[in-house]
Amino acid sequence: MSEGPLLEARGVTVEFVTRSGHAARALDGVDLSVPRSEVLAIVGESGSGKTTLARTLMGLERPTSGEVLFEGKPLDYSFRAMKAYRSRVQMVLQDAAGSLNPRQTVYESVAEGIRLHRRAASDEQGRTETELVSAALSEAGLRPPERLFLRYPHELSGGQKQRVLIAGALALRPELVLADEPVSSLDASIRGEILALLLKLRQDLGMGVVVVTHDLGLAWNIADRIAVMYLGRVVECGTTEEVLTAPRHPYTRALLSVVPEIEHLQPVVLRGEVPDPSRIPAGCRFHPRCPQLADGSAERAGIAEACHGVPLEILPATGEHRAACHLDGILSATGG
Amino acid sequence: MTETAAATATPGTPPALLAMRDLRVTYRTAEGRLAAVRGVDLVVHEGEVVGVAGESGCGKSTLVSTVLRLQPKNAKVEGEVEVLGDDIRAMRWGDLRALRWAGASIVFQGALHSLNPVHRVGRQIAEPIEVHEPGLGKAAVQRRVAELLEQVGLSEDRARSYPHQLSGGQKQRVMIAMALACRPRLIVADEPTTALDVMVQAQILDLLGALVHDLGVGLLIISHDLSVLSDVCDRVLVMYAGRVVETGTAQEVFTDPLHPYTAALSDAFPRIGDPAARYAPAGLAGDPPDPRELPAGCSFAPRCPRAVDRCTHAEPPLVEVAPGRPVACIRVGEP
Repeated sequence: MSEGPLLEARGVTVEFVTRSGHAARALDGVDLSVPRSEVLAIVGESGSGKTTLARTLMGLERPTSGEVLFEGKPLDYSFRAMKAYRSRVQMVLQDAAGSLNPRQTVYESVAEGIRLHRRAASDEQGRTETELVSAALSEAGLRPPERLFLRYPHELSGGQKQRVLIAGALALRPELVLADEPVSSLDASIRGEILALLLKLRQDLGMGVVVVTHDLGLAWNIADRIAVMYLGRVVECGTTEEVLTAPRHPYTRALLSVVPEIEHLQPVVLRGEVPDPSRIPAGCRFHPRCPQLADGSAERAGIAEACHGVPLEILPATGEHRAACHLDGILSATGG
Repeated sequence: MTETAAATATPGTPPALLAMRDLRVTYRTAEGRLAAVRGVDLVVHEGEVVGVAGESGCGKSTLVSTVLRLQPKNAKVEGEVEVLGDDIRAMRWGDLRALRWAGASIVFQGALHSLNPVHRVGRQIAEPIEVHEPGLGKAAVQRRVAELLEQVGLSEDRARSYPHQLSGGQKQRVMIAMALACRPRLIVADEPTTALDVMVQAQILDLLGALVHDLGVGLLIISHDLSVLSDVCDRVLVMYAGRVVETGTAQEVFTDPLHPYTAALSDAFPRIGDPAARYAPAGLAGDPPDPRELPAGCSFAPRCPRAVDRCTHAEPPLVEVAPGRPVACIRVGEP
């Protein structure tokens, strides 16, 4: 076991070429590190690049520049190496209902990975495939597992489908699970159970979790650390307490202010949506929507010009609380 | 259950835009009868925003379908549904057609897929206007479309866009513009912000709130997200397994829930900054019951953290336990 982080992104850029020939930068330089057994939340709106980042960490997308490192070694994208990698890092997709094959039974869905990676033959305790499937289903909270073996996805509730997907990922004993909006399609009362399950797996198996979400409440519920993304960059990162109770980036503050549960914050509803990644604004990428630039506080601090013209550096993945904002540091230094 | 305070209009208030009394909807299915809505009382007045909270399968979408008699053929509707004072169930087809869009309109769930992909959005907004005001000239219709787009915060040249050229939030705005097209007095929005981002969700909720305020329409919002409802609604009804289990002002229901199910819904969305919620996601064990096999007594009892033996004896009635707070739980107030 190495001392460093389990998974790391260094200056990762992912470009897609659009039909009109423009390059769209879905990721525009991301540094990120995921220590073992950590729960990291990547938060942002649609179009912030959070799903592309998860796919890139998973090896499904290759960086245009920069690199993804697993245990300190750059990812090897050969078929064989990827197969080995995917047994250690698993992904749970966003839409549980759409991700399960409707013609496969629960047993088949969970057993698929076990067969692909020949886990029954290599199991240290000599367990059979059936025993492994059953263990994974019970770990995912589906008990008694045998009752579900022959069910098809349409016979399951939303929460059960999500658990089957998680069981499929767990069966391979991954060291890290990437979960893309794991509860956004679930009912409120089911949501807590699934989140509790992720925390329990971390506690019992030491499994790390990277959860991609737009739901700050979810991050508050389970994440150790948070990376806030905007238009292909991490704009703020730190521990969950730091980022959510003492946010330093105006974007994070705006996101927090529109969470309905926070009554004491004056809602800052940003106009418009995340801009098109083929036309990233000059200077600070957030400046066209920035409330602090709009209300003149950037002007008063004497940095409005920088906001319009000076790009910010990529936030290093040091673990410290940082924000990619020209105002950051100035306001706190002057006590305002 | 007609003892709810919500159902009886207090004197001095204008007549209700929507009034449901003891509404019951039963589906005949191959596997037997399925009671989707089991006795709901609900009133929406002018300028009022009423929310209905509940999970999949609680009957909230069935409830919406009865407002404009859109329920499927195998549904049997009992009780009263009055829209703008007229009984929807007894209404003649022509009158019902006139009422749809112009009297009351619905913003359906899944707006992102409800628009016709091969027509420009301006065309789609114009369609109900042309049907309801056939005398209106082409230019006048276009002016109205432009006005509507502006009202929902889109520029008028958006009329020429196809749905795929719009973002999720913009499509939802178009759906709201369509709902407003014939100047209805009642708007029903079924999960208007589900599948939208937080920031866009806030924009849409702001928009709906502003429309109620400016146009004085009545708004009924259905959502599974109690925190969203608590933000925009005047009153909220919480449904479970086809019944209303709690009613109150939005603030009361969200911050001081009396029914254990409401409490669980409220806890599901943690207050950020609350140390008790750190590493402690709150949830309920189990799934909502199958409406074909409802448990005996209180239908929430099998999942209820406070359930005792008595709970399984009879379905608890909706009783006013505090002024304006009907709750269907026999254990309210007990330690």
